[in-house]
Amino acid sequence: MALSGLFLCLFLVGHLLGNLQLFVSGQQGADNFNLYAKFMTTNPIVKVLSYLTYFSIIFHMVDGLILTIQNRRARPKKYVIEKGKANSSWASRNMALLGTILLVFIATHMQNFWYVMHFGEISHYEIKGQNVKDLHHVVMSFFTPTSNSYAAFMVGFYVLSMLALAYHLHHGFVSAFQSLGLNHIKYNKIIEIVGAGFSVVVPLLFASIPLYVFIKHYL
Amino acid sequence: MQFTLKVWRQKSQSSKGAIETYHLSDISEDMSFLEMFDVLNDKLIRDKKDPIAFDHDCREGICGMCSMFINGEAHGPGRNVTTCQLHMRSFKDGDTIYVEPWRSSAFPIVKDLTVDRSAFDRIIQSGGYVSVNTSGATQDANAIPIPKEDADSAFDAATCIGCGACVATCKNSSAMLFVSAKVSQLSLLPQGQTEANNRVQRMVNQMDAEGFGNCTNTGACEVECPKGISLTNIARMNREFMKSSVG
Ligand code: HEM
Ligand code: SF4
Ligand code: FES
Repeated sequence: MALSGLFLCLFLVGHLLGNLQLFVSGQQGADNFNLYAKFMTTNPIVKVLSYLTYFSIIFHMVDGLILTIQNRRARPKKYVIEKGKANSSWASRNMALLGTILLVFIATHMQNFWYVMHFGEISHYEIKGQNVKDLHHVVMSFFTPTSNSYAAFMVGFYVLSMLALAYHLHHGFVSAFQSLGLNHIKYNKIIEIVGAGFSVVVPLLFASIPLYVFIKHYL
Repeated sequence: MQFTLKVWRQKSQSSKGAIETYHLSDISEDMSFLEMFDVLNDKLIRDKKDPIAFDHDCREGICGMCSMFINGEAHGPGRNVTTCQLHMRSFKDGDTIYVEPWRSSAFPIVKDLTVDRSAFDRIIQSGGYVSVNTSGATQDANAIPIPKEDADSAFDAATCIGCGACVATCKNSSAMLFVSAKVSQLSLLPQGQTEANNRVQRMVNQMDAEGFGNCTNTGACEVECPKGISLTNIARMNREFMKSSVG
């Protein structure tokens, strides 16, 4: 759980850095993003990393499911009154729910862009002799209300999913260090601060991309 | 003070059980929670009704018997207290108080609020011991130098009274806080080194075999533990478990 979770955190950083290129405007920005997208679908090292990521998501999901089933079985009869918030955070008690939201998000997200990039109808063009797929255009139009009538709904869904990610990570990041026994009175504060920062900054930056594309249309 | 008590009544392990309501008046704010239960049971016996079965022994916070899940928290709203050390002044006059047994498949209900915690004993039996030389030439423990921090940490872990509040309060019924305290109190000291690797493996395996859930680090146990056992014990046990798994 912890290792797969932390690997997914690393994936998030990489994925975020790549996606932040979407903030670069103009043809130059679009070209760079499309070249980057081509690199990400063809480079063998990236291929290995992507398979590791798929594996981590599946492993994390299955392990989480097993844990949750075992944990429900360990308390077959619930308390009549239970005051969880007196002793633990909401996120820590709802990791499986948050994870399920993330799973729905990941499936939708892959369908939206990954599927289109690999198997969907997508326009090609040439940059300095290289044939690239115009994923940049796909992303932009996906979140622009004039080209996608569901754009507002999708922006809302992406932003809410990132909120779920924030809560999942708010517990998960620190939790992983505890699970691995990698903490100590001396470092706990640092892990907590880094974890809290990570769980706010990463989802916030992710969420800002669809919001930016959507709002840009009105400016 | 006056209270409405909603108490879990269950005849035996296999019977269904339900909440029953009792009204009590003339309760002193200086009574402990268990003394309030004594008053209630006295009343029930006078009314020729079955008194409520509940565990207790020392009534001074050291035996760990007084397992009661009060208003949604193990040992009630107080911090670092057992039920026997919880006083009625912690409640407001006229409060409705729910009292339930520890709920975990590893702690079957015997009757009403009494549960069977022998799963803890079996975990201790599986590895919670050290080998000592009993030939007569036993080395005086005080002759072995131990760093002050280690001695303090070991002592802190050893204050665990095996009450089971950690299991009762954990949403996963995990026994990690208890087991990690018992592993730590021995593994931090030189006398505990001989069995260190086997101990953590055996105790964790026994814990799983008893049907306790998995720790997801919610931290609820640390908050509700009457002895303030720290989560660092769990991290230490995780470390030891991984170390002993690879070598
Ligand atoms: C971007 C994707 C994700 C990241 C970065 C992530 C990260 C993490 C981390 C770091 C942990 C803590 C590990 C530990 O305590 O040892 C965790 C726990 C967990 N995750 Fe995820 N996760 C992600 C997606 C998912 C998905 C898709 C699911 C389920 C379908 C899921 C379900 C769970 C569950 C059930 C737990 C542990 C249970 C708990 O601590 O209460 N996660 N996650
Ligand atoms: S760790 Fe705390 S709550 Fe758990 S059995 Fe020991 S004293 Fe009780
Ligand atoms: S009766 Fe002994 S600790 Fe409460």
